[in-house]
Amino acid sequence: MIFHEVLVVGGGLAGLRAAIEAHDLGSEVAVLSRVHPVRSHSVAAQGGINAALANHPASQDDTPEKHAFDTIKGSDYLADQDAVELLTSEAPTRIFEMEHWGCPFSRLDDGRIAQRPFGGAGYPRTCYAADKTGHALLHTMYEQTLRRGIKVYEEWQVVSLSVADGRCHGVVALDLRTGRLEAIGARAVIFGTGGGGRIYGHSTNNITNTGSGIAIAYMAGVPLKDMEFIQFHPTSLFGNNVLMTEGARGEGGYLRNRLGERFMEKYAPKAMELAPRDITARAIQTEINEGRGFPGGYVHLDLTHLGAAKILERLPAIRDIAINFTGADPITDPIPIQPGQHYFMGGIDTNADGASLVAGFYAAGECACVSVHGANRLGGNSLLETIVFGRLAGRHAGGYVKGQGGEAAGKGAEKALAKTMTETEKRVTWVLEAAGPEDPADLRDELRESMFANVGIFREEKALAVGLDKVRELRARYPKIGIRNRGRKYNLDWARNLELEGQILVAETIAAGALARKESRGSHFRRDYMDRDDASFLRHTVAHLTKDGPRLEYRPVTITKWPPQARTY
Amino acid sequence: MTIDRGKTAGNAGGNGGGQVAAKRPDKVTLKVYRFDPDLDKEARIEVYDIPWTDGMTVLDTLFWVLERVDGTLAFRFSCREGICGACALFINGSYRLACETQVARLLDEGRTEIHVMPLPHLPVIKDLVVDMARFWANYESIAPWIVARSKAPEKERLQSPKDRKRIDEYVGCILCGSCFSACPASWTDKDYLGPNAMMKTWRWVDDTRDAAKDERLGLVAGENGAWRCHTVFNCVEACPKKVNQAAAIQGLKRKTVSAMLRGAKGLKQGRKGLEE
Repeated sequence: MIFHEVLVVGGGLAGLRAAIEAHDLGSEVAVLSRVHPVRSHSVAAQGGINAALANHPASQDDTPEKHAFDTIKGSDYLADQDAVELLTSEAPTRIFEMEHWGCPFSRLDDGRIAQRPFGGAGYPRTCYAADKTGHALLHTMYEQTLRRGIKVYEEWQVVSLSVADGRCHGVVALDLRTGRLEAIGARAVIFGTGGGGRIYGHSTNNITNTGSGIAIAYMAGVPLKDMEFIQFHPTSLFGNNVLMTEGARGEGGYLRNRLGERFMEKYAPKAMELAPRDITARAIQTEINEGRGFPGGYVHLDLTHLGAAKILERLPAIRDIAINFTGADPITDPIPIQPGQHYFMGGIDTNADGASLVAGFYAAGECACVSVHGANRLGGNSLLETIVFGRLAGRHAGGYVKGQGGEAAGKGAEKALAKTMTETEKRVTWVLEAAGPEDPADLRDELRESMFANVGIFREEKALAVGLDKVRELRARYPKIGIRNRGRKYNLDWARNLELEGQILVAETIAAGALARKESRGSHFRRDYMDRDDASFLRHTVAHLTKDGPRLEYRPVTITKWPPQARTY
Repeated sequence: MTIDRGKTAGNAGGNGGGQVAAKRPDKVTLKVYRFDPDLDKEARIEVYDIPWTDGMTVLDTLFWVLERVDGTLAFRFSCREGICGACALFINGSYRLACETQVARLLDEGRTEIHVMPLPHLPVIKDLVVDMARFWANYESIAPWIVARSKAPEKERLQSPKDRKRIDEYVGCILCGSCFSACPASWTDKDYLGPNAMMKTWRWVDDTRDAAKDERLGLVAGENGAWRCHTVFNCVEACPKKVNQAAAIQGLKRKTVSAMLRGAKGLKQGRKGLEE
């Protein structure tokens, strides 16, 4: 059996940052990732990372407190305000740390880190590296991981989490290259496994963002929080939904409908194109639904007035992507865009230490819900979350294994892990041999289509019930799947369909949470309950797995100094 | 080998955003390299007919095979937008990222079939999945992280936009391995650092914030470093992100010579010289 003191699952920004922290505190650490770390979805983040550095000429009065307020207002008051204050007060230190580690941020003329305006923010506070900020940060983080000689298991996929007596004992993982299943013991496990965008159709997410980490935690009895809050990004490329950064609007880009109107003046007269994502996405979808979009269902992101120099300097990747996938060169042509699924505000229920209800099990980044994003995340806050809470998860996991978690778990741990291994082996072997009539590709397609259509940008009781029924139907059909590849080595058919079960379970928490939340808040917009209802729903949804589906509980939101008020932009 | 850098010939991306140049066929013929060294005596080419969909990329065709025809196909993927570097392949005789290669463009190049091969000159694990161990080891060997030496300031280290621009091309690398696969010197000399590791050395040598320039030059000054480059420029041609590795290597040669003439001590310290 393999053993590590601290095992980090996921090689993206949150996972690597956690690993670095635990390593620097003296823990023995390994990272396990289904793809080489630099292929993780963090690499695709474009527009930037927020911190109140007050570097930009127009942000001289910016403070972490103002950043906190913008984040809380953006969250439609569902974020826990103590956690948000931690996020924004840590932000400058963490950004400077990334810079000291060599991150190639774009610069102001005086040599300081450049900042740009972003949606829902009172000041230009989004630090960036052109429109490849995630790439710059992730490569820097990987360099620091290499520098420390931290062991990385590349192309290993975790299949289950071992939990017994309220304590985590390790994971069972599949080595994709050999097809061998291995039990990996650990005193503490940290998940930085990313979101589950691929549960939805029309997602901006990379293909590996299946939500499998969230599902694995849920299946091991860890509750999930606020799962119904799904962010739809206003501007994804029409057709394949590749992200077109909010930075394009931060740099001055316009949204126009078929009539050429800058329609945002109807929806957010002050903020215009830089309203938060939930409001902007709904505005675009409304234009399309009411016939002011282009045939097929899109509007234009117009950058043509920005000029070639600015586009080439600040948005070069956006330009390349637009040219390649649509033939439109943003210097001369508007870009066809539509809203696309983008981010999970919800996730594994953790506190601000990254700790879950299971001792020794931590989570950070998109897979976790602290919560700092509440009902709607502001652009530029997710990269920030990964480095702030990744570090804290690493710090607390490192502390845990030196203290409480280091006490000899003894035979109990080994026995628990052996039991998880036996159960997992059974499940994994069943999928490898599955020869039923259902094509899992159909199940996946039907899931994604139904979630986007029924549990999407605009929601209402009837459609949500259809969506929930669909998920339950797929759950019933899953045991009848058949796969096409029975070999163990690099078997993508097996690996992808192994996690399909978890995707369905996670989808169920989203649909059930959305059906039960009879109000509109942030990204969760109900046509049948158009207003926010603080009296009944200023609270977090917490979903526990039962054999009949999720059991929902509610938990109060932490309010420190910003009582909920009307949210206008 | 041709350079794949042109504007798309008019693929619509399934969305009416561009102009469709020509009538598309109903089906596309995909020929894929298949090989499992554990099971197969030799590699074979498998032929698949893929139904045409507007905006289809080569990666889409591979997924269509995996999900609908043959679950045994192995390939790498992740971001599907050209930034993660997972899906670099040898497609119709060129190094390309499968995810950003439009099938329409390949057809407009006058080909009726799509040939998909793994990155040449790397050991095959299965089908299109190659063993990149040597690529990563070379990368790690040049200590690809900042060595600053001075105490970090309270805020950021300053860097002018002009100095930041000097490294822009090199930090844009996505570590896909195309340059390494395309380099004839790397085929024949297994100890040669190769274009990527040297370009990444230059990335730090040319970064105003890094303080270990002579020590970095020392790592590439030997016979397996910059002088082994034959300036064939295959790396430059192969790079899907338009990085000019050859120019970086020429820079290393220049700086190494001047460091030698200066008698720079850092040149002789090896990897130890890069420890802070």
